[in-house]
Amino acid sequence: MQEVTVGIAGAAGDGLDKSGDTLAKICSRLGLHVYAYNSYQSIIRGGHIWLKLRIGSEKVTNHGDHLNALIALNQDSIERHAPEIEAGGVIVFNGDKLKCDPSQVKEGVKILPLPIGQMTAEIVKEHGALAPIMQNTIALGAVLNVCNLGIEQATDVISETFKHKGEKIVNLNTSLLKCGFEYTQSQAKPITKTWQFSKQARCFTTGNEAMALAAYAAGCKFYSAYPMTPASTILHWMSANSQKTGIVVKQGEDELAVMNMTIGAGIVGVRSMCATSGGGFALMTEAIGMAGIMEIPMVCVEVQRGGPSTGLPTKTEQADLYQVYGASQGEFPRLIVAPRDIPDAYKSTVDAFNYADRYQLPAIIMSDLLLSEHHETVDPKAFTCDGKIDRGEIVSSWPEEKGKYKRFAFTESGTSPRALPGTANTLHVSPSDEHDEESILISDMFTAQPIRRKIMEKRMRKIENLLKELPAPQLEGPKDADLTLVTWGSTAGVAQEAAELLTASGVKTNILCIKYIYPFHKKEVSEILSKSKKKISVELNYTSQMARYIRSETGVGMDGYINKYDGEPYTPKEIADEVKAILAGHARSLDVTEADAREIAYHYLRTHNGEKLRPAKIVQESVNGFGEPTWYVELAERSSGKKSGYMKVGLRTGATYTVQRDSD
Amino acid sequence: MMATVIELPLDTYKGPVSPDWCPGCGDFGVLRSVQEAAGRLGILPKDLMIVSGIGCSSNLPGFIHAYGVHSLHGRSIPVATGAHLANTDMKVVVTGGDGDGYGIGVGHLVHAMRRNLDITYVVMDNQIYGLTTGQASPTTRKGHVTKSTPPPVGNAETPLNPLALAITCGATFVARGFSGEAKLLTDLIAQGIAHKGFSLIDVFSPCVTYNKINTYAFFKEKVYKVDEEGFDPSDFYASLKKSFEWDERIPLGVIYKTEQSTYEDSEAIFKKGALVKHPVEPDKKLFEQLVHHMM
Repeated sequence: MQEVTVGIAGAAGDGLDKSGDTLAKICSRLGLHVYAYNSYQSIIRGGHIWLKLRIGSEKVTNHGDHLNALIALNQDSIERHAPEIEAGGVIVFNGDKLKCDPSQVKEGVKILPLPIGQMTAEIVKEHGALAPIMQNTIALGAVLNVCNLGIEQATDVISETFKHKGEKIVNLNTSLLKCGFEYTQSQAKPITKTWQFSKQARCFTTGNEAMALAAYAAGCKFYSAYPMTPASTILHWMSANSQKTGIVVKQGEDELAVMNMTIGAGIVGVRSMCATSGGGFALMTEAIGMAGIMEIPMVCVEVQRGGPSTGLPTKTEQADLYQVYGASQGEFPRLIVAPRDIPDAYKSTVDAFNYADRYQLPAIIMSDLLLSEHHETVDPKAFTCDGKIDRGEIVSSWPEEKGKYKRFAFTESGTSPRALPGTANTLHVSPSDEHDEESILISDMFTAQPIRRKIMEKRMRKIENLLKELPAPQLEGPKDADLTLVTWGSTAGVAQEAAELLTASGVKTNILCIKYIYPFHKKEVSEILSKSKKKISVELNYTSQMARYIRSETGVGMDGYINKYDGEPYTPKEIADEVKAILAGHARSLDVTEADAREIAYHYLRTHNGEKLRPAKIVQESVNGFGEPTWYVELAERSSGKKSGYMKVGLRTGATYTVQRDSD
Repeated sequence: MMATVIELPLDTYKGPVSPDWCPGCGDFGVLRSVQEAAGRLGILPKDLMIVSGIGCSSNLPGFIHAYGVHSLHGRSIPVATGAHLANTDMKVVVTGGDGDGYGIGVGHLVHAMRRNLDITYVVMDNQIYGLTTGQASPTTRKGHVTKSTPPPVGNAETPLNPLALAITCGATFVARGFSGEAKLLTDLIAQGIAHKGFSLIDVFSPCVTYNKINTYAFFKEKVYKVDEEGFDPSDFYASLKKSFEWDERIPLGVIYKTEQSTYEDSEAIFKKGALVKHPVEPDKKLFEQLVHHMM
């Protein structure tokens, strides 16, 4: 596969995401595949954004380990990301304002400062002074050139983007693009080979948009939500398209209201959905049990973000498994499904509506920030609305002579035919108390143990039947592998590539991705894992929640655990390196690395010292009365590079012990 | 144009089981008035949905012949909101107590009133938590000694004023009834259901077991009917003032009434009829457009 990774770094408001979108759209229309990851990195000063676009001739399932071209929109971005560019790559920036010293990049990286003033002299004459944001378009033109992406498709996309602003603005922007493209022709060599463009256009979308679209395809009629990152873009899509789709969108006053409204809509018989993140889900939990005992179909999307509490609102994590699994008091049937990628998120949502209706239970879809918010090219064939909408056993009419309608009739299957309110002769109460077949309470006045036992068994039988039709997880990759990576959710894509890297390096590796969390294929998972030679779990959390869940269900434990909880998703190499360390018997070191020490220093300087200083030379020192070895971090003036103090960071704890500034 | 109303007899709404309330409980009267009001308006049981939360009074849906939801403590309003928005053809009446509606569920109540949803909320206000055997509620008066507010202080908190809350939050029909005044109560509930917009009917429904202060006798001595004194409930500030009368005389009747557009009026989707009756299948052409929009 041919691939190239383009990074765009700058401040919020620099129009960086727009440039990213444009580049992705261009690639997508050329028939290339794109995986975009937008990281609000803490290592860059507040409000800074770091966007990475991995572009491939074949499907790319994660943002990867590489960086080949960098568009830097400020000096900070050059300082932080220029060293990451691989040999043969290029850095592009406004040469009138920014500087990049050859010492800041690896050997073989082309430094391409764009003399914006000189380049755009003619354009300025015609259009007047340029807004700072317009340098992005020039830089984009340069990147298109070095990445061999041509200018025709780009011109079309740019024209389309600015069409609503009139011909003059279209001309201005296409001229800027051309200016960047042509200037680069004489200044830099392409960094990629020539591509084969299939010109097969794809969708460029997110997990959240896919789930929202799926809800429409599945016949959802009512959507409720309270704003919460990273679930809010479902609300935005739903609201923007509401009048077209006919889905009533109700923003609730809190997640208690959201879940209860969604269930209320489910009770009267429309397909209904809500979405939230972990904090909002915590408020919803009591009502999920209510949907369970009332046997009401509804769909809830829980998009995980870094916790606990407010935690890391714009970062990804997979640490809500136990919260979702344990949601609500008592025991009741529900479906918990964790899709792995955008097409799967689409399909899982459509399926969830059918399962919820047919088995009359709440269905919870577990996503995560990465899956929900990252953009990726997706084959439009993944999005179809041809599937059957199966509402299960609905009583459309009940003649009086049939006798009393029993909402919770004790049946073999456990599913009781459901009459929707408004149907003649089927009056019943949906009770949150335990009840008999006719929905008369058995919680207080008419306590009856055998009825309680039988209605519990009736409800739980639904789960046995549901499990039978859910596809069991399967190993992906070589059958005779030496190692199985066990994972779930959006980590599957990167684990898959890590397995390929490991296999290529001589450790034959396959993966097992768990999609259905409840009900759980304990027999199948147990069989697969018992036969695996070595098993290592890979998940974005501290306590290996999925690995522990699998052990509790199957008795099968892992041979190793890979965890990450810094808010960023894995890259393939990161996983492969950790696997190799585990196989070599090295315990994972939690010590502060030199790179960590640099970032801790950056964080300190940013929060205490503005933009004046930056970390320079870093050396490890022995225990100097701090009770642990330390990193000595020299501080230098940003403008001159002159040494201006130092700080010491604990090797084990990461504590900031001493900060000495020469100016103090 | 008004359709001819065919009144239905009380028996129409006789529930499958008899209420389990204490003998003499005010809630019996409220149940009967809800049934009478539905009958007077000719609402067929299949078109009536009673939604409640948790508490003695919230057991009401089990005692009436209609569709019902016996939901969670404090969540009757959002459940009713979802049910109503999904099927605007059904008449939704929410029933519950003061703890359920003014305590744990008051956040929802505020917003439902603000939205002016076309639903009716009947609160059986006994100023005590009955089902949990007698703790202070949001409407328990200051100084009232209960299991959770012992002497010498008794209840240290100012009671919530449901009428004033409703008037200021945007409810468009605000009334107070008393289960000792059956005829008036039926009138108020019928008016509330017929009113287009959010109706709150706060009903003194004495707890004969756990509230020995706010008894039938207590209310009988103090209550009076505002309409008998020619009160005009359309004046916002006069209504607000009226809602604060308590110590000497306590007003019963319609305290505030206004005509405002409802939340449902603002949603064009409802113009095509009740949501539950819309076709389930997506529009293929629109679906293709939505997919194309992502390209």
